Amino acid sequence: MSAQNPDNVISHNRLTRALIYIALILFAVYYLLPLYVMLVNSLKPLEEIRQGGMLNLPQVWTIEPWLQAWSTAQIGVQPTGLRPFFINSILMVVPAVAISTIIGALNGYVLTKWQFRGSNVFFGLLLLSCFIPFQIVLIPMARILGMLGLAGSLWGLILVHVVYGIGFTTLYFRNYYENFPTELVRAAQIDGASFFQIFYRILLPSSGPIIVVSVIWQFTNIWNDFLFGASFSGAATTPMTVALNNLVSSSTGVKEYNVHFAGAILAALPTLIVYIVSGRYFVRGLMSGAVKG
Amino acid sequence: MDSRSRLQELLPKLVLAPSFLIVLVFVYGFIAYTGFLSLTDSRMLPSYNFVGLSNYSKLWALPHWWRAISNLAIFASLYIVICSVLGLALAILLDQKIRAEGILRPIYLYPMALSFIVTGTAWKWFLDPGIGLENTMHLWGWESFAFNWIKDRNYAIYCVVIAAVWQSSGFVMAMFLAGLRGVDNEIIKAAQIDGASTATIYRRIIIPLMRPVFLSAFVVLAHLAIKAYDLVVALTGGGPGQATELPATFMYSYTFTRNQMGIGASSAIIMLVMIFSIIIPYLYSEIRGGKGR
Repeated sequence: MSAQNPDNVISHNRLTRALIYIALILFAVYYLLPLYVMLVNSLKPLEEIRQGGMLNLPQVWTIEPWLQAWSTAQIGVQPTGLRPFFINSILMVVPAVAISTIIGALNGYVLTKWQFRGSNVFFGLLLLSCFIPFQIVLIPMARILGMLGLAGSLWGLILVHVVYGIGFTTLYFRNYYENFPTELVRAAQIDGASFFQIFYRILLPSSGPIIVVSVIWQFTNIWNDFLFGASFSGAATTPMTVALNNLVSSSTGVKEYNVHFAGAILAALPTLIVYIVSGRYFVRGLMSGAVKG
Repeated sequence: MDSRSRLQELLPKLVLAPSFLIVLVFVYGFIAYTGFLSLTDSRMLPSYNFVGLSNYSKLWALPHWWRAISNLAIFASLYIVICSVLGLALAILLDQKIRAEGILRPIYLYPMALSFIVTGTAWKWFLDPGIGLENTMHLWGWESFAFNWIKDRNYAIYCVVIAAVWQSSGFVMAMFLAGLRGVDNEIIKAAQIDGASTATIYRRIIIPLMRPVFLSAFVVLAHLAIKAYDLVVALTGGGPGQATELPATFMYSYTFTRNQMGIGASSAIIMLVMIFSIIIPYLYSEIRGGKGR
């Protein structure tokens, strides 16, 4: 998003401006409301939620629901809280993001600086694969993971996320490297630099922004994934989103809404923090996912 | 040619080869495999007993599938239209030299960073008549206020629309805002000199210039709608009854819980065909347009 562009030349009188601000603030309330409701109600005792008044601040403030959601809430059969699943998600996300970003960078490098016959066809196939509905791969993937002995394992999940992540990471790096002067690459080649030297010494040092974009995009997508987690994880490797859904939709016992909310915020926290810290790159990733070519 | 330069020549292809194989096997091979299964009498496990197109005729004879398809039609059209209108409106409002833009824009966009499971958890509660919005309105003294759509078979699908719009409209806003920032101010100034009102300038000049953004937004939203799965699982679980069943949830339940893998595979193929019929023409025109530029 280019906020640097010259401002809109249209101007308004004061009344119109006031109305515009009111509308914008109302929209902000609409987007913030669910988060606010989750937050205040995660800090209330259960009886207070039952009395209603979801918009009220807690009369009795308590962090008990957060502690329960983190370490003692019943998820499935075990009262483990969400902590082990949070750890599973981290153990899954970190390698999957790193591997898919490295592969994407190398692919983007080849596809822009070392094109060969058929490399564009390959890119087309890769691009198309970004959009497939993952239902189409669930059945064969389950079989392949079983054959590889990876069914229900963390490495199985990592493999799945890498495989279906390289489309986007390649797209990012390809579009980025396309604007990188090819003359520099050719000059280095004449000076005798090898394929990998050119990548490490010339392209990589200026790839900071696109690495951030790719890492954020992959991190958000893999952390938030539910379908693959629900389909391919085992009891010991369940990721956070699946555990949260188990917690919230478990039909046994009293519905502890405050614990559910605390859990939901815990599940949202890593991606929210990434978004707050580096929102600019997040938006850039979203946009280049939408505007290709 | 010595062996070192031969290696250098081969390296680009070697680097691309693993990705090529992965995409070939895990995307296109898997699509072919699922396509093949859709022509067999597979039930709990894959079977290689060829039965022609009978799964497809069974599928289209199932009221359950028709329910999923008509729900998708309702959901997708409302989701696309509301997100586009809301996104454009927000972008136009935000493009009026708003001083707080740096604060407001991230607020509109943050839901995109959340998992659909988190969104579903928040909205499930907000829409629940017992403790959510309806209850709050009653406590505020509006006794006759009724909002129980999420429990109502005829209206539950609109609850999915509400939550999905909340999640994605900020993203569409960002796309339109980028488009608006790209409009040449000279055109607007010329129209102003000709005496055109602000409303006319937007209606006759700026909004028509947003055509490519509308197209991108449509493609992104349509493909997200066809893939929609997590949100329904977290918000309604497909219920009440089958009231919010979509093709993605249909595929999952037929394949993995009802042991009708052949029918599940054929429904996945239909989803793929729907997405490809939107994405392929779009990518084709984008790539061709990119070359012509």
